[in-house]
Amino acid sequence: MEIIEKLKNADLRGRGGAAFPTWQKWQMVKDALSADGRKFVVCNVSEGEPGVFKDKFILERWPQTVVDGICLAMTAVGAQKGYIYLRRSYFAEFESKLKKIIGIKPIEVFCEPCGYLGGEETTLLEAIENRRCEPRSKPPYPPQIGLFGCPTLINNLETLYYAQKIDKNEYNYCRFYCISGDVNNKGVFEYPVNWTIEKILRQSGNYPEQEFFVQAGGGASGIILLQNELIDPLSGAGAIIVYDKIKTDPKKLMKQWVDFFLAENCGKCVPCREGIFRLCELLEQEKFDRAAADEILLLLREASFCPFGRSGASPFATLIDKIFMPVAE
Amino acid sequence: MKIIIDGREIEADSGQSILEAAKNAGIEIPALCYHPDLSVKANCRMCLVEIENQRAPLPACQTKISEGMKIITNSPKIRNLRKINLELIFSQHKEECNDCVWLGTCQLLKLAKEYEVEITRFADRKSGRPVYKIGPIEFDQTKCIDCRNCLEICQKQSGGFLELTGRGYEIGITPSADTQKDCLYCGQCIVHCPVGAIEAEGEFEEIEKPLLDAAKTVVVQFAPSIRSSIGEMFDLPPGAIMEGQLVAGLKQLGFKKVFDTAVSADFTTIEEVSELVERFKNNGVLPMFTSCCPAWVRYVEFFRPDLIPNLTTARSPQSMFGGLIKTFWAQKQNLKPSDIVVVSIMPCTAKKYDVVKEDNYIDGSKRIDYVLTTRELGRLLAKHNIDLKNLAPLPADQPFSEYSGAGVIYGAAGGVMESAIRTACWQITGKNPQQIEYQAVRGIVGLKTAEIAFGDLKIKIAAANGMENARKVLAILDKNPKSFDYIEIMACPGGCIGGGGQPLPVSDEIRRQRAAALYQIDCAKTIRFAHDNPAVINIYEEFFGKDKEKIHKILHTNYLPKPKTAIQQIR
Repeated sequence: MEIIEKLKNADLRGRGGAAFPTWQKWQMVKDALSADGRKFVVCNVSEGEPGVFKDKFILERWPQTVVDGICLAMTAVGAQKGYIYLRRSYFAEFESKLKKIIGIKPIEVFCEPCGYLGGEETTLLEAIENRRCEPRSKPPYPPQIGLFGCPTLINNLETLYYAQKIDKNEYNYCRFYCISGDVNNKGVFEYPVNWTIEKILRQSGNYPEQEFFVQAGGGASGIILLQNELIDPLSGAGAIIVYDKIKTDPKKLMKQWVDFFLAENCGKCVPCREGIFRLCELLEQEKFDRAAADEILLLLREASFCPFGRSGASPFATLIDKIFMPVAE
Repeated sequence: MKIIIDGREIEADSGQSILEAAKNAGIEIPALCYHPDLSVKANCRMCLVEIENQRAPLPACQTKISEGMKIITNSPKIRNLRKINLELIFSQHKEECNDCVWLGTCQLLKLAKEYEVEITRFADRKSGRPVYKIGPIEFDQTKCIDCRNCLEICQKQSGGFLELTGRGYEIGITPSADTQKDCLYCGQCIVHCPVGAIEAEGEFEEIEKPLLDAAKTVVVQFAPSIRSSIGEMFDLPPGAIMEGQLVAGLKQLGFKKVFDTAVSADFTTIEEVSELVERFKNNGVLPMFTSCCPAWVRYVEFFRPDLIPNLTTARSPQSMFGGLIKTFWAQKQNLKPSDIVVVSIMPCTAKKYDVVKEDNYIDGSKRIDYVLTTRELGRLLAKHNIDLKNLAPLPADQPFSEYSGAGVIYGAAGGVMESAIRTACWQITGKNPQQIEYQAVRGIVGLKTAEIAFGDLKIKIAAANGMENARKVLAILDKNPKSFDYIEIMACPGGCIGGGGQPLPVSDEIRRQRAAALYQIDCAKTIRFAHDNPAVINIYEEFFGKDKEKIHKILHTNYLPKPKTAIQQIR
């Protein structure tokens, strides 16, 4: 069976967070016409979101599978060149090891020049093209017009790892979960994709005894879930961050998030640049102006240029609603 | 294709954005970072609209229409988002409305009213930021909303003197410290800034200054392009011809004499064409470039001093006029040159730099004492409660009252070239051309080329407007210096009618209308050749005689390589 068909049957979805069907992306790049005949594959190992460290885990153990996955994708979509796009610290750690495995294959090991936003797929393209790290307008989407104007497949490292597994008929319908926070057994765990968050926590020996809540997906974009809301499989980038409900000061937590966003924000669009600045201001004030915060979060979610702001609003909104200022039932 | 905007079925061209389609249908969608001259950036997020079957609102500037698309531009949700967004934009923008180039037409204020915005809801976060002065251009960072329009237009004009620095909320547009980059003073950043963060020197604090020299004889000249744009400062449509009213208005302001720069444009043409013919005859340096555009001259003096020998030594009309007033006219009036104050009304911010240039002096006196932009004059008139619409037209003053049609089209891109072609034909063949109008160089197309024959002499010409196109010409010449013989360069898109000192807003449509009015004036003139202008002929005979040295001293100049402009921080 052809690999794209296999990906479809396995229902593999992007593990970077957006969960887009992998086979569709591959098909789009395969079908796309390139003006100059070039196509590219980029393995995205930006992994810039707090609480997410599974790509590193895979890279440490199975770099060969990852490189094979990239080659598999390149062949499948007709790309002549591949990139492994590594965040700075990973580049320092894995560059030489990867280069050895790659050998003479046309795959470049690329050092990401920017932070969290650099993992956003169009920002990644700008970075490789040596421009300011900012998102591009979509459409056009990278599978049509991507790197250097050519059709480009951008997949998260874990996605390519599992694509290779699927090709070898070794797919176990699992994904990697990064569990951190107020737990006893932090780490990366490989469990079935359809497990509920509660089951994942219990199975990994991380289900807290004390009252807690979790941030599910990623430490920047993940939504807040209460103990009784852990009944669904995990979406997002694979992180489960557990917070002790008694010990955690929600305002401090939000301040921590907002500082992250303030530092990582590119400054391109009004909602993100100004909204996050003002959100930070609101969190520094003694009395929290919830009305203003709600308005800013709404704007961030609905009006931001890229997913950075759009999904960045969710943790704040859900934490305020559920923990910080819950409305009495 | 058919689309539905706010319940109205609209026929629109495929390939259009929602914003364009709506605009054509008379539906206004607010947009700040959008400018028809520039690429779509979608960073201000004001033009968000709701589209059926789309999860989140999308920016109308960036989203292309599709058949049957249902769009809502003004739902309560959209209005709410725009309100908050505006409040955040206002938090970047320090209001100094009384002194703003957008006074009376400010989009921000209009939107603030429409969306019931609390403009001071958040404290101005940029109040501590600097104000830069670069030559005659002032950039006030405390007003900038980071839309990046100036960045793009400056990239096209200067090759990137304005730079984007910092990240996140610390982002800012700053003048480049790179020694290889400089400002051309063209002022295109001003006319593309939606919020008045950039203005010309003295705008509008110093507009009264020229009139305060009551002990002296204060005279004024106004550039060709002003007459078809000043009306916009008085709510008239672009292209309203206000020549006579302008003269009347300037008189009311107290200027002793009002002269029309279109007259000295005729001098420029005659001198420039003579020089061109001479360069041809004596194997002089070719191609020859026009030099009436000060931003272009600045470009050559900073970026391409190797091309200085290619610039015509004939002065710009403004400068020739200053020289003539302080010599010929001063003598006639029995006035000391130092007792005359010459004020120019120009469409241009770079002309302000001409006042401090080393070649502005004649016999120790300034040719030009003050330059006001069209905007500044509009404001000055308004301040004195003079409404040009209500004035009876007056003719410009003698002995410079007569100009040719060729002189007035100087204000439009290609106009200098056309005037020169008309006169070149006469100088070379001894006859005026049968075809007076030379369409090949007209219009706002950025780069026009042609080959034109005067008897046996064939001249390859090019006319470029906008520095992006000027650089294209230079690239062609760098490959083959013989590609052209004579080249007109206007730094601003559309030429002077699109100048950096002109009223806001500007677009290709507005440029077309302003230019069309000048061609209309030309068309109606009996005298359409610079060399047929009796006022000019008279001065050549009466004043210059055959004194080449005198002609050179008053009507010509030379150029010098220039260092990078000092970037001053004035606040």
